[in-house]
Amino acid sequence: MTAQNSNSAVLQIRQLDAWFGQQHAVHGVSLEIEAKTVTAIIGPSGCGKSTFIRCLNRLHEEVPSARASGQVWLENQDIYASDVDPVRIRRKIGMVFQKPNPFPAMSIFDNVAAGLKLSGIRRRSVLREVVERSLRNAALWEEVKDKLTAPGTSLSGGQQQRLCIARALAVQPPVLLMDEPTSALDPISTAKIEELIQGLKREVTIVIVTHNMQQAARISDKTAFFLMGDLVEYGDTSTVFTVPKEERTERYITGKFG
Amino acid sequence: MSGLLFLAALAALVPLFSVLGYVIWNGAGYLNWDFFSKLPKPVGETGGGMANALAGTCTLVATASLIGVPWGIAAGVFLSEYGDGKLGTVVRFATDMLASVPSIVIGLFVYTLVVVPMGGFSAMAGGVALAIIMIPIVARSTEEIVRLVPVHIREAGLALGVSRWKVILRIVLRGCVSGITTGVMLAVARVAGETAPLLLTSLNNQYWNLGVTGPIASLPVQIYSYAISPFDEWHGLAWAGALLLVLMVFVVNVLARLVFGTGGSGRD
Repeated sequence: MTAQNSNSAVLQIRQLDAWFGQQHAVHGVSLEIEAKTVTAIIGPSGCGKSTFIRCLNRLHEEVPSARASGQVWLENQDIYASDVDPVRIRRKIGMVFQKPNPFPAMSIFDNVAAGLKLSGIRRRSVLREVVERSLRNAALWEEVKDKLTAPGTSLSGGQQQRLCIARALAVQPPVLLMDEPTSALDPISTAKIEELIQGLKREVTIVIVTHNMQQAARISDKTAFFLMGDLVEYGDTSTVFTVPKEERTERYITGKFG
Repeated sequence: MSGLLFLAALAALVPLFSVLGYVIWNGAGYLNWDFFSKLPKPVGETGGGMANALAGTCTLVATASLIGVPWGIAAGVFLSEYGDGKLGTVVRFATDMLASVPSIVIGLFVYTLVVVPMGGFSAMAGGVALAIIMIPIVARSTEEIVRLVPVHIREAGLALGVSRWKVILRIVLRGCVSGITTGVMLAVARVAGETAPLLLTSLNNQYWNLGVTGPIASLPVQIYSYAISPFDEWHGLAWAGALLLVLMVFVVNVLARLVFGTGGSGRD
């Protein structure tokens, strides 16, 4: 347990492999995610980037026939150790999905409060405070403060996605995973969420999967390029996008394939 | 071609409306306040009603729902969430089989299982028989509704650090309340008119019985016993009972549709 966290890395991924049945989707990836940064995972469709981040909160294994092996260290703890309960891990590593997915039949308030309520916190005053703070952090408070009892599904797509971000932030995870969070949104909603991500990184470490290279270049500090399940290149975003070390990276970011 | 289809559709509606019309024609005249408030009169006396049978049917359906609905919902949730394996296939097949078992056979089964050990006919036995009929209906409708909740809703719950069980009970089922209620109401409508299993379980009763341990009157059985009697007035009462039963089933069906129409049926 010593010296696992010697540098500023908040997540240390070591030799992570992931499978769907016989299909080997992620090949022995090792990567260190630095605290309070935005790390973008880019690569063509089917390169394993979504599978990779779904391994970071142990959500991958919930799919029938899917499994993963390797180590992911968070706060001096390997989340793949045999004595670790994935449910507890997921409270520390939040996730926002590609499609906005507010809980059906729940109000805006209840959607944000769901994580706390379902872990047994019932004090109305606590919940109200957390809901307001989370909605403010997700830049949604001003738009919904007068209709907190309206159904979450009544919001527009972009608002729903910010609601999902607020819901994830409400349990105060140190790490937030985002799986193509803007790919189902229009350009204006996308810009809002990108701006939001820039503000959030002061508090939270963000790992974002995106198929949009301009987006990765705009918002991330570090970029990891995946290809056919391999981590090809990982480094500062400015370096990866201007002077990549690998020819495959260069060919991808200049649009020669993918 | 479309004219032909229109005729076919009309032909399908004719039996429904002729049954309805015939029941109203024969029964409406006897459907008065006495019918709802009085006990049946002994042979030879005029008047009387089916108050006890109406209450009995309510008792039987309530007992059946208390037993059958939780089991049915539990089975439906199991089939939807864990039903992709071998056990799920077996349970699904068994549920379908149960749904197609003739109701008289279920009556016989409950006769040996409940009536004989309890030493007599009872509302409890009738409730158990109706519950067995309800379970597969509730289970399959629950399964279908819960399956409509998309995977990404479940994943959102899991990703919040909520256990699988809580995700199912507090998030997934919450979005399915109206759909499941619809299934339960359709099951209620189905068993409210069951007669055959009740002949072997709750039998009949000419008096009030508000408990569940003794024989109890019910609308379908009372209709049966009046309809095969030789008295004209009892025939009339049987028609009135039939009309009431049809109306109850009709109302429950309409309510079920209204509940389902209000949305929140699991669609996101």
